[in-house]
Amino acid sequence: MAGCENCSGCSRPSPGAPVRDEYVVALAGNANVGKSATFNQLTGIDQDIGNWPGKTVERAEGILQHRGQRIRIIDLPGIYSISTLSTEEQVSREFIAHDHPDVVVNVIDASALERNLFFTLQLSELESPLILTLNQMDLASEKGIVIDLRKLSEILGVPVIPTVAIHGKGMAELSDAILEAVRTRPRPHIIEYGREVEDRIRKIMALLPTGAGGYPPRWTAIKLLEGDSDTVWEAKKQSPEAVQAAQVFGKELEKMHGEPVGTILSGERYHVSEYIVSEVMKIRTRSDNRISLTEWIDKIALHPVLGYVLLVLAIGGLLGWTFIIGAWLSDHLTVFLAGIAPLHPLVSGSVTDIVFNGAWTGLVAALTLIIPYVIPFYLFLSLIEDSGFLTRFSLMLDMGMHKLGLHGKAIIPLILGFGCSVPACFACRIIESPKQKFIAAFLVTLVPCSARIIVILSIVAVFVNIWWAFALFLFEFILIVILGRIAFRVIPGESVGMIMEMPDYHVPSSSVVLGQTWTRTRSLIWIVLPSYVIGSIAITAAYAAGLLGPINTLLSPITVLLLGLPALTGIVFVFGIIRKEMTILTLAALFGTTVFSAVLTPVQLIVFALVTMIYIPCLSTILALAQEFGWRQAISICLIEIGLAVGIGAVAFRVMSLVL
Amino acid sequence: MTSEPLEEYLESILDIEEKEGIAKTSAIAKCLKVSPASVTEALQVLSEKGFIHYEPYRGATLTDHGREMAKKVKRRHRLLEVFLTDILHINREKVHDEACKMEHTLSDETECALCKLLKAPARCPHGSLIEACDRRVESCSACLAEKEMACGSARDHPLIPLTALEPGQKGVIAFIRGDNRVVQRLSDLGLTFKTEIALVRKAPLLGPVEISVRKTRLALDHAIADHVFVQECVEKA
Repeated sequence: MAGCENCSGCSRPSPGAPVRDEYVVALAGNANVGKSATFNQLTGIDQDIGNWPGKTVERAEGILQHRGQRIRIIDLPGIYSISTLSTEEQVSREFIAHDHPDVVVNVIDASALERNLFFTLQLSELESPLILTLNQMDLASEKGIVIDLRKLSEILGVPVIPTVAIHGKGMAELSDAILEAVRTRPRPHIIEYGREVEDRIRKIMALLPTGAGGYPPRWTAIKLLEGDSDTVWEAKKQSPEAVQAAQVFGKELEKMHGEPVGTILSGERYHVSEYIVSEVMKIRTRSDNRISLTEWIDKIALHPVLGYVLLVLAIGGLLGWTFIIGAWLSDHLTVFLAGIAPLHPLVSGSVTDIVFNGAWTGLVAALTLIIPYVIPFYLFLSLIEDSGFLTRFSLMLDMGMHKLGLHGKAIIPLILGFGCSVPACFACRIIESPKQKFIAAFLVTLVPCSARIIVILSIVAVFVNIWWAFALFLFEFILIVILGRIAFRVIPGESVGMIMEMPDYHVPSSSVVLGQTWTRTRSLIWIVLPSYVIGSIAITAAYAAGLLGPINTLLSPITVLLLGLPALTGIVFVFGIIRKEMTILTLAALFGTTVFSAVLTPVQLIVFALVTMIYIPCLSTILALAQEFGWRQAISICLIEIGLAVGIGAVAFRVMSLVL
Repeated sequence: MTSEPLEEYLESILDIEEKEGIAKTSAIAKCLKVSPASVTEALQVLSEKGFIHYEPYRGATLTDHGREMAKKVKRRHRLLEVFLTDILHINREKVHDEACKMEHTLSDETECALCKLLKAPARCPHGSLIEACDRRVESCSACLAEKEMACGSARDHPLIPLTALEPGQKGVIAFIRGDNRVVQRLSDLGLTFKTEIALVRKAPLLGPVEISVRKTRLALDHAIADHVFVQECVEKA
């Protein structure tokens, strides 16, 4: 409790409650309610982002220092319910039930109270200490919505804090409430359902032993009634009578209502939530002639023609801008960094020199890729995302994505892939079904990332012509479509259609945009930087050890016979696995010239670029894939792409030799 | 009881009416490949039986009763098409004619059993939406759980597929087709039975449908929206 002497504000913990070094608070709520903004405001830049153990679900945590107390904040995934068994929902409910956070903060969108309270009711059944924050209060009052906070707090039995997270309003009050709640541990009231459901819940509860499975008995009873497979499996060992009774009751209810018991309970919860809303919320009538900004923008953004124009402009602008800015920044940065230490590969010298030289060139390469190209790209993408435009683009592209066996949401990882494949692979987490998640990741590895765009531009556009460069990109997109369709048919599993909330447009908040850019950049720093540095050391070492000749000879059946390239390119492709844009540097070093047209024919240049584009995801991406999907999947993607690249390259060489 | 060809007339009037507002005699004749004279004759019979409003020289429109009958036949036709392609693996080009002949002899019970066997399909092999059945159920699980075939009472109000609403039009959710997972996912998002729902916008080319429910706006995949059926809201003055 450092700093307590100077602080007079906080009331000291009550004698009964043990004082701990650190409290744990979980943030829970629907998607698009400002949960991330709240998280960012509470924790600042001090965040730790990773995965939930063994799951492809993002886990973010950070530290809030408030009045001398350290509070660890865990941002749970944004979900709408805890009833179906998506991984996100599983992670959330297990965390709340088993890790016993000191307080759960439920972030709610004040202007969609009814839907949000549905989730609150489910949360309160987990019987954790709870705080409600009504976020986006400003937008709600703009819509004429007035909420009686005190009454809401009385009905639910927990504190209710109004906030406007993107402007940081209400954060001090929320922090105070959290500190207060870790002592008082406010438990939500039990909210009863209708008689016919409630009676059955009680009867099941009576059959349950106390403290089974870490979940509260009422929760267990409700889940048994819903026929939740995990709960049934858990309870079967300890109380088979309860499971059996729940099954019978479930059947009875289904007979009465003619709908599955899960939806009967959802209906009940919505009924309760409608009641609460009718008690606490009033809508002041406003002049309805005014069309809201969102409706007005949607008229353009979702227009069957203008919408697509806007989409092409936005994505084209995003890429164009990134590469204009990027090229300029990259040049200056390289000159500056080359001034610090030379960037040419060292072939002889002491071991330390060679290692240092390798590490330095790797570091510089990573920096000149990430800073000029990737960061600006993510910054602008976050702007499009946070303002609400990206959801509209998803909607407009949903049909196109269906052709790939995906749906509209997959556009987010695919666009991210133009920056760098690594965060794009992580972004596939937003897709629900494991099958579609994997297809999206596979296709992401084929989207030309900034490194590959640089290769195409500086080899084909410069030394052949710009149209061949465009043709290569076009070919790549056609390939993505074809492979997507094949993957959709070949990979087993279920495809889930899109259900997506359409948030109102708003001016992007700098904290969310910067936070998101930083998160994405960081995921890439952790993977890209080490693999660049270690890879470059390995390359310099290979140079020094004179391994180039043997590798080239080994690969020459592929490079020379199949692809019609000089044998020297064998080593270039091997180095390219570490980083794709490295191929240009290696090629220049090996041929001793940067005028590639002097040493390679146009056909060879095109084939070389084509193969580089497809032949394997780079080392960083392979690591990211392995982390998300396991080594087996990562290696199979690599093998498929190597096969494809060699096959396509060999055909392209023969066909183009006839034409050009 | 309508005899076989008369049901064919109702079906084609439904089709033409949806496109052109009113079914002209000539259009019906062209559609059914019969002479205009026999169309006129059949229309008079249908009009007498109360299935259509018929105005000589202008054309025919369906009465509520006639529309219900036509939709019922259409539903059977499309279910049969799914059955013929998916179960019997008959060539897709042939199933239309085949189904045309079979649809008139199908009983309610067989229709129900067929729907269960096919797990309540949403669309026919040619991509047209299959109407909801007229049993008084709120979701398919009620039917699928039943072992015995006890065809329940019919609905009081006709159902409209959500995707058939016009932008701005409202409805009350009456029936959600499909397996429990779809129904659960939708009801968790607030699409529970008897909830008011408004169609905001339809994306072109069978793209997603944007709806407004419980003060939030959602985009639903067209294939999911196909499962939701509503009763049209009567606007209070």
